[in-house]
Amino acid sequence: MTEPLLEVKGLRKLFPGTGGPLGKKGFVRAVDGVDLTIYPGETVSIVGESGCGKSTTGRCILRLIEPTEGEILFQGKDLTKLNQAELRGMRRDMQLVFQDPFASLNPRKTIRQILLDPLQIHGIGTAAERRKQVEEMIEIVGLTKQHLDRYPHEFSGGQRQRIGIARALILRPKLIIADEPVSALDVSIQAQVLNLLQDLQKEFQLTYLFISHDLSVVRHISDRVAVMYLGKVVEVAEKNKLYEAPQHPYTKALLSAVPVPNPDYRKQRIILEGDLPSPANPPTGCTFHPRCPSCMDICQTAAPRLQEKEAGHLVSCHLE
Amino acid sequence: MNPFTKRFMQNKTIVVCGIILALIALAAMFAPLIAPHDPTEMFQENRLESSSSNFLFGTDQFGRDLLSRIIYGARVSLIVGISSVLISVVFGTIFGLVAGYFGRWLDSVIMRCMDILFAFPEILLALAIVAALGPGTWNTILAIGIVNIPIFTRTVRGAVLSVKNLEYVESARAIGAKTGRILFLEIFPNVTAPLLVQGSLAISGAILTESALSFLGLGIQPPDPSWGGMISEARRYMELAPGMIVWPSVAMTITILAFNLFGDAIRDILDPRHRGK
Repeated sequence: MTEPLLEVKGLRKLFPGTGGPLGKKGFVRAVDGVDLTIYPGETVSIVGESGCGKSTTGRCILRLIEPTEGEILFQGKDLTKLNQAELRGMRRDMQLVFQDPFASLNPRKTIRQILLDPLQIHGIGTAAERRKQVEEMIEIVGLTKQHLDRYPHEFSGGQRQRIGIARALILRPKLIIADEPVSALDVSIQAQVLNLLQDLQKEFQLTYLFISHDLSVVRHISDRVAVMYLGKVVEVAEKNKLYEAPQHPYTKALLSAVPVPNPDYRKQRIILEGDLPSPANPPTGCTFHPRCPSCMDICQTAAPRLQEKEAGHLVSCHLE
Repeated sequence: MNPFTKRFMQNKTIVVCGIILALIALAAMFAPLIAPHDPTEMFQENRLESSSSNFLFGTDQFGRDLLSRIIYGARVSLIVGISSVLISVVFGTIFGLVAGYFGRWLDSVIMRCMDILFAFPEILLALAIVAALGPGTWNTILAIGIVNIPIFTRTVRGAVLSVKNLEYVESARAIGAKTGRILFLEIFPNVTAPLLVQGSLAISGAILTESALSFLGLGIQPPDPSWGGMISEARRYMELAPGMIVWPSVAMTITILAFNLFGDAIRDILDPRHRGK
């Protein structure tokens, strides 16, 4: 088997809680022991509802948020042990595509400057070479050279997202973390951007970590899918296995909520009871047990571990 | 003409205010050539006169030519206004960027110091500083500059807070930009708009503060002319020679108005989002 490109082990991020006026109390367990392995060339998605820690996980991997605990092995090198200067060097190999195309481009810079920045920061090529690279890149993402001297506000959401992708790609990274890259776009534009991402993956041998809450988008783009609930990964499997035979009760409930474009189809929706518990005060045992339709006694006391139930299908549940 | 100059020239406010400010600046610079008389020369026979062909704006209680004094007074007002605001802008921007971006204890320390400065009424603080340093043009500039630092620190800090968590700043970090680059190339350009408006307001405020200090006798020392000092002297002769208070006030009003409008218009032009509208 090939070496993994990225291996995340026991990643934890605790934010200090904002307790009452008398000092801080406790911690918000935004990411609570995430294990994840990504192989070169594949697309792994993280799905989960709002507040489950998927974006925080993505940012911790890039150390844009300092993780509290855990190892992040990128090509065998532990990112958490690098100092700031070494980390800046490593940033060439891993880039981020953002959710909000309106906030992710500096309104005071032309597109040319936005795309030149990464090259200048890493001192790549001469001025003329950089110029050429920027012009090539803007065409690769489907815009033209004429767009380079405009400002971000002159573009539509989809175009801006293309620019964001161009900025991430211009350093020729190996890993791209895409944090909800299409959720702010119109559905018709979503497909274009997703297809662009897939084309670019083939062209540049990219590896994607795709963060989303949209299960149809995830099904379209992923090879493997990890489901997160309250800071933990509860299930990881190949896309088709996960969608056709989900094992974890939470995954089952999530999938049952995907709308099916067929008016005659009547399906069994699993309605979860209650709300997402606060990550500041997670339930004991399995964090899902208060909402789980098949909760057992053991679930209230012992937290299940992520275990391989079938080859390549990891589930964190006491159910057999 | 490059597109920037073109946009500049198309904005009527900028052109009009720019011309007014340029005229004032030129008059201040070439005061010795333009002024009909020496600003301190006393024509004993012509005291408290109203407008005449020799003294266009009339004379004051010592028979000094008001027009010449206003022209020379523009020097003081512009130098004090611009230099003191430069001092406040430089320090205020640095403090504001650092406090806003780094946050935590650095923010607390800087902002509490600013609160202490802020707690004093502007004039009182300027008075105290001038009293400590002694009167004179440069000490006046320094005093007004220090007094205005907290306003700029707050303005910049607020603007930094509103942009520092935006995704483009995060993206600069993800690309590997160093802190200095993020502060000055990503954040600072997005802070200039409030800074410019605040700056133009502060120039007019500084001119007013200088007038107040001179009015109280602690700013520019007689016999050197300053608008504030002239108004202060004029108040005793208001009924005898209203021109003495009217003309310096008119000069001050025009200058302050021009700075304020100019600042507003520049802000609109510098914002790429306002272009083409």
